Amino acid sequence: MRVKVNPIECKAHGVCAELLPEWIELDEWGYPVIDGGELPRQLVAHAKRAAAACPTLALILAKD
Amino acid sequence: MSPAARSKPTARLLAGLLPDRALTWEEHLAAHGPLAQPGPGKHLVVEVERSGLLGRGGAGFPTGRKMRTVAAGARRTVVVANGAESEPASHKDHVLLSHEPHLVLDGMELAAGAIAADQGHLLVHRGSSALPALRVALAERARARVDRTPVTLHELPARYVASEESALVHFLNGGDAKPTYTPPRPFEQGVARRPTLVNNVETLAQVALIARHGSEWFRAVGDADEPGTLLVTVSGPGTVDKVVEVPTGTSLEQTTRVAGVDLGAASAVLVGGYFGTWVGIGQARALHLTQHALRAGGGALGAGVLLAVPHGVCGVTELARVARYLARESAGQCGPCLNGLPAIAAALEELAGGSWDPRRGAALDRWLSLMPGRGACRHPDGATRFVGTGLAAFAEDVERHQRGMICAPGARTGWLPVPATAEGVWR
Ligand SMILES: Cc1cc2nc3c(=O)[nH]c(=O)nc-3n(C[C@H](O)[C@H](O)[C@H](O)COP(=O)(O)O)c2cc1C
Ligand code: SF4
Ligand code: SF4
Repeated sequence: MRVKVNPIECKAHGVCAELLPEWIELDEWGYPVIDGGELPRQLVAHAKRAAAACPTLALILAKD
Repeated sequence: MSPAARSKPTARLLAGLLPDRALTWEEHLAAHGPLAQPGPGKHLVVEVERSGLLGRGGAGFPTGRKMRTVAAGARRTVVVANGAESEPASHKDHVLLSHEPHLVLDGMELAAGAIAADQGHLLVHRGSSALPALRVALAERARARVDRTPVTLHELPARYVASEESALVHFLNGGDAKPTYTPPRPFEQGVARRPTLVNNVETLAQVALIARHGSEWFRAVGDADEPGTLLVTVSGPGTVDKVVEVPTGTSLEQTTRVAGVDLGAASAVLVGGYFGTWVGIGQARALHLTQHALRAGGGALGAGVLLAVPHGVCGVTELARVARYLARESAGQCGPCLNGLPAIAAALEELAGGSWDPRRGAALDRWLSLMPGRGACRHPDGATRFVGTGLAAFAEDVERHQRGMICAPGARTGWLPVPATAEGVWR
């Protein structure tokens, strides 16, 4: 599983970086910089929570 | 064939062109022969796959594979011809559309027949000077009942990112000509939610030649892995905006010479346009024009632009001008692009003005490395490649500006073309 963001929907709320700091940092404008690699299994539940918490539902968990 | 024989200029797309007007339908047929799908037992999609044709719109995607993917479903499909040519230094599509529009329209008709499309859309920038020739060509074809698939001509807002394929689709579906988040990509779900083939107009013109002459003929010139000919727009000392057709794999040195450029009077070459890569003059001479060769060197063939900058033009000032242009042209939808591109442009403007803070330099490096892949479209990727490779190619100018010495005495600026931005116009 990989974490992606729809950059058009993302409004820099930053919730994702709070809930998944191991995988997501924010740039100086508050937009996520996401590790593009395969998500380690132990982070999957956290990633799902972050995706559900994103106010604009911009955070995407992609299967590939 | 010897490498030398392979690299002579070869007029295929540009065969029989007249300097001052478009070929009429009859003149076009006399130059290229009748319009027909490949002969019995052949299928255009297979012929295009065998030809090895790569898209000429910038990304170099295999055209046959794209056609097969679009045609794979059971649904009616749509053909979109991208004639916007937003790249300010590129003129090849304009030459085709204004001098040989029928070759592009043939390609649309033939591609439509091969992938079960029932509508075609041709897009150019609003107010394009190719419009009159295109209207005449469409009227000629209507009179002669050439096409089975109706083609509609559209005027797209003249914005740099409006011609990205998802933006074209969004525009044709009634929205703003701004890129959309993908997937779905246009080949999956495009115009009217149908699978949509988006191709550059030169790509479609090549398809029209492959249908007539076959894949073997197409492969007879150019590089073995990416055969055929290529339209290239060349500017530099001695030449402005010259469009030449050369076999793929021709050296940059020969291509610019054929176009009349004196590379000896140039300091660096931009390969591929404002999406492309800067190379120092020494390295540039050795380059060969194929996607794989340029990619191996971290570059890209892009839309086939070669811009050789004359000695005495200040690289830093030029980079700053174009970076500001690219920042203005952002669709402003994605945070990294909306914030990052103006920040990069501002840093370059400071450098150009001779007030340089090393901390700004560190920030600039960070922005350049953080930008790629973080927009809905590849605009930030192209802009940061342009700036990043430019700073390396103009290292001497950069260093002089960092020491606050600004431009060398008598340095020229305003050399790279920077169009005005149609602010706020997206429909
Ligand atoms: C910002 C941006 C601008 C683009 N502008 C053009 C353009 O003006 N003309 C073009 O043919 N392709 C342009 N493209 C590429 C298209 O998205 C698309 O890949 C291309 O039209 C496909 O044609 P091809 O497969 O024949 O190369 C642009 C891409 C981006 C990211
Ligand atoms: S939580 Fe959502 S909107 Fe906020 S930064 Fe993350 S992806 Fe963007
Ligand atoms: S990356 Fe930039 S140009 Fe592309 S869609 Fe996002 S804001 Fe628009």
